[in-house]
Amino acid sequence: MTGVDEEAMDADLKSLGFRVEERRTLASGSDELLVNMGPQHPSTHGVLRLLLRTDGEEVQEAVPSVGYLHRAAEKIGENVTYDAYTPYTDRLDYLSSMNNNWAWAMTVEKLAGIEVPQRAEYIRVIVAELNRIASHLVMVGTYGIDLGAFTPFLLTFREREEILDILEEISGGRLCYGYIRIGGVTDDITPTFAAKCRAFLRQYVPKLDAINELLSYNRIFIRRTANVGPLSAERAVAYGCTGPTLRASGVDWDLRRDEPYSIYDRFDWNVCIGRGEKGTVGDTWDRYMVRVREMYECVKMCEQALEGIPEGPFRAKMPRKFKPPIGECYFRAENPRGELAFYVVSDGSKKPVRVKVRAPSFCNLSAVQELTRNMLVSDLVAVLGSFDLVMGEVDR
Amino acid sequence: MHFVPYLHEQILSAWPVSVVVLLIALIGAGIMLAWVAVVALVAVWAERKVSAHMQARLGPMYVGGFHGWLQTAADGLKLFLKEDIIPAMADKWLFIQAPVLVFGGALLAYAAIPFGPKLVVSDINIGVFYILAVSAIVAIGIIMAGWASHNKWSLYGGMRTAAQFLSYEIPSALHLMPVIMYAGTLNLGEIVQSQETGLFGWGGIFGWYAFRNPFLFLSFICYYISSLAETNRTPFDLPETESELVAGFHTEYTGIRFSFFFMAEYADMFVVAALSTLLFCGGWNCVLPRSVQFVPDPVVFVLKCSAFIFLTMWLRWTLPRFRVDQLMALCWKFLIPLGLLNIVGSGLWMYIFGQVK
Repeated sequence: MTGVDEEAMDADLKSLGFRVEERRTLASGSDELLVNMGPQHPSTHGVLRLLLRTDGEEVQEAVPSVGYLHRAAEKIGENVTYDAYTPYTDRLDYLSSMNNNWAWAMTVEKLAGIEVPQRAEYIRVIVAELNRIASHLVMVGTYGIDLGAFTPFLLTFREREEILDILEEISGGRLCYGYIRIGGVTDDITPTFAAKCRAFLRQYVPKLDAINELLSYNRIFIRRTANVGPLSAERAVAYGCTGPTLRASGVDWDLRRDEPYSIYDRFDWNVCIGRGEKGTVGDTWDRYMVRVREMYECVKMCEQALEGIPEGPFRAKMPRKFKPPIGECYFRAENPRGELAFYVVSDGSKKPVRVKVRAPSFCNLSAVQELTRNMLVSDLVAVLGSFDLVMGEVDR
Repeated sequence: MHFVPYLHEQILSAWPVSVVVLLIALIGAGIMLAWVAVVALVAVWAERKVSAHMQARLGPMYVGGFHGWLQTAADGLKLFLKEDIIPAMADKWLFIQAPVLVFGGALLAYAAIPFGPKLVVSDINIGVFYILAVSAIVAIGIIMAGWASHNKWSLYGGMRTAAQFLSYEIPSALHLMPVIMYAGTLNLGEIVQSQETGLFGWGGIFGWYAFRNPFLFLSFICYYISSLAETNRTPFDLPETESELVAGFHTEYTGIRFSFFFMAEYADMFVVAALSTLLFCGGWNCVLPRSVQFVPDPVVFVLKCSAFIFLTMWLRWTLPRFRVDQLMALCWKFLIPLGLLNIVGSGLWMYIFGQVK
């Protein structure tokens, strides 16, 4: 072979738990084939790499290999001030930047005991829930593409565009906002913000119904997803799955209700869990549908929060040189993909000593290897898509 | 057929017959090639516009002025100018031949498609059989492409094609059988002519085989479904599933070679649409009886084909795709038994209602 680093390939194979000889099985006449899926593959949604051992179309084993998007996000945290780390959290799960900002802000606020003004809390809930809708829309659309339906993708992205416009109006950004800061939010909402949000939410629900009709209840779609890759509640908990992935397995657990932070206890909404309507509890259809149903709940929450925005400051008075007291703090928040947690250690200086990110996608990904044993390549794609992984968060 | 002796005797009598035959063949091939190019050009543009409007977009709007009608030509030009890459580990000879076979198979089918009475390149008496046979060449080309690329994803695409094509050849042929039983001929022109009058001697739409009896209608639907699978269209586009197999059998193809696969797909689409039209929907007979038809035959025929192509596109931009085993189950457990049932049913119907010739 020309231009192939044999040694490097062997070492890579070994590191993923395969035997070196397996690389040449095709030549030796075996039916087994090692296939590299990614890091550049249309349905690994980023730079996830899976090494598959296949027999024909059947995947016997799929071993994830991560780290292709590693940017040392945790180490960077040790070298910048608390406030300056906020933009870096944007880039963890880049589809839900608001929620990331918020989790970081709340971690530091808990560490330093900062009281956040009520107005800021309401604004935070609204933008975070809007971002959650936008994030789930991406999942629904790309999941359609994974299963061969292209049209829902554009329909969901059109709706997402509206959300991005609204968020751009208040933050200036369309993907990475850096809007929620320690102590409050960067800037007050614009005078037209509430009206625009209401207008969007009003027209959004019927459109979501239409997407449901087009994709979620399509018979081919159901046949592709129901009973495929069911994750039992027990295994989901054992793997540390969180968020919609956990709820789809029938575990009734949502931090916003069970460990309410901010002002979530003031709203009337429901936690959506998978009930196995089309197949088994925790199958890919459930994982998909939990996200769709969550979007309806987000709309409810946004509407209630819009009604209640009080007057007042949008940011707490912060010292010019912010130095939290010596100590450590762990805080977790419910992100679109699960529990995003920050663990931060402070030595009383303006920079943290250690920042640890507990990324939901990373923990959810760990369940993939078990779920994808002995299934078809098509099902592997369906399962992988239903986990809604964002590699920015997995690799950090 | 009648053209060659006529030309040889009346006009080109000084030339040897072999040269005249060759000349005619070249002219015929040229016409076919031109038509396929036009079909591909228009169909690709239409596909983009149809998909765009279904997805709340506009699609191409600039090239050529009117709604980007020249976009495909521009894209084609771009593909022609692109670097032609053959992977180092590829089986070079097979790799080069594969697109030729795929496109050739699609092109050959056009020889037997009549656009009107006697308006056909080659009026052979086994037209249906011929088209089914040459369409199968496409499968060999795709399998070759999958194997020769030396890419595991391409290989998967090729394998899926092998399974899918061979399976769906059977139902598509079976569901054409009742029509052939009714018409008593394999010649496409004669099949269309036998649809000029039908039930109670009424013409127009009542003559179409799709509406002659319930079995034929079922055959029509089933044939359409299997023709989707034969042309690799959603929900059966498994050989080139973008999200699973990267691009399936044509992953490694670039530039002009890729464009041949692309053109072949749209050429094939027209062929199966033409077969549906000719065998089930009266060919160039419009919905009104023949005596009051005022639109030229080829126009009616092409319009009907366009309607089928539009339906195909509509389905593509609406449905997700099947899984391999579901695709096979649909074929072997549903379409094939139904095909056999339709043959028996149509036979009985012909016997009971005295329609046996």
